[in-house]
Amino acid sequence: MARIIAGIGSSHVPSVGGAHDRGRQEEAAWKPLFDSFVPVREWLTRIKPDVAIVVYNDHAAEFFFDRYPTFALGAAESYGIADEGFGVRPLPTVPGHLAFSQHLCEALVYDEFDLTVCQELKVEHGFLVPMHLCFDYSLGWPLASVPLQVNVLQHPLPTARRCFRLGQAIGRAVASFPQDLKVVIIGTGGMSHQLTGSGFGDMQRDNDMDFLDRLESNPESLTDWTHQQFMERFGVEGIELIMWLVMRGALPQTVRRMHRNYYAPMTTGMGVITLEPA
Amino acid sequence: MDSHTAPRDQLGETRMIGDSHIFDLRMSHQGLRLNRFCSMLNSAAGRAAFKADEQACLAAADLTDPERALIRARDFAGLLEAGTNIYYLIKLGTATGNGLYKMGAAMRHESYEQFLATRNAPGAV
Repeated sequence: MARIIAGIGSSHVPSVGGAHDRGRQEEAAWKPLFDSFVPVREWLTRIKPDVAIVVYNDHAAEFFFDRYPTFALGAAESYGIADEGFGVRPLPTVPGHLAFSQHLCEALVYDEFDLTVCQELKVEHGFLVPMHLCFDYSLGWPLASVPLQVNVLQHPLPTARRCFRLGQAIGRAVASFPQDLKVVIIGTGGMSHQLTGSGFGDMQRDNDMDFLDRLESNPESLTDWTHQQFMERFGVEGIELIMWLVMRGALPQTVRRMHRNYYAPMTTGMGVITLEPA
Repeated sequence: MDSHTAPRDQLGETRMIGDSHIFDLRMSHQGLRLNRFCSMLNSAAGRAAFKADEQACLAAADLTDPERALIRARDFAGLLEAGTNIYYLIKLGTATGNGLYKMGAAMRHESYEQFLATRNAPGAV
């Protein structure tokens, strides 16, 4: 039987990808961010998940507004690297897990989450930045992945509660997969940031800290918030944090926190939190 | 037992956060042509064509004349007003030498240097 052994919340900022590709991990301004993931990588090497379900959003690379899915799940043997306007990054193709993906699609649709199924899909920084922060891919990605793309761009977005419930349904779907698989689920995006208007670059450290506290101990309290309340607390683009609720919904109520860090160098609060079922 | 609760309004009446528009279906409908144009920049060939002959690209694109004028003027605030989504705008900004932080500084009515001075770790550009 498959089981979820861990959940991770991680920001996904494109500049982190640029810093990674240019080898700037040791520079003073970047070191605190990259160093915070060293113990996360060590922990992941120890617990050795077989598959990552990565909850992310595409940033206008693969999905266009002519038809825009609310939730889209990958069901492919592999996922290529998308060009989001800056060239294709030198990262290896991401291996999928076809049978597990197909099982998730069936189980989630029959559990009344009507997903768009993607048999061809490329992934970009929303997916890739947390992955290369968490995993060493020098010998190829060390695990398979299932991308789960969420609409956080074009309102109406799925509600916070819907995201949490999707996570709960993912928990059930994983548990009904017959093969022994260790699964990690990664919720990505945020934290506070705003990319337009006179509030460009505004970050909300206290609100980000409160979100991390609640996510760990009282996630249900976050599911009551409207999108307006999220955006007032975290900025227009900080709405991405609803994707962390998918991850949290897939874990049991009681969790053990393994790591937590926060760094806000430029225009986005960059957080990481890792949780294990207690 | 039916666990369904009545839908709640998720957005405030103004569809604004401060002076920023929330990108909803009205904005997206209005900006469809502009966003499609910017999506051309998601390929090396599209970027090369744009850089080689921007005027020809604009002439051939399904855009209105006011939309072409916004692009020619690099009027990023105007492009947002006209329905360009920020993630498409970033592609246009990058292709024209106006990366996100430069666009953002202008939105804050600051010079790029002034904007960097407000950051916690401006080396992380």
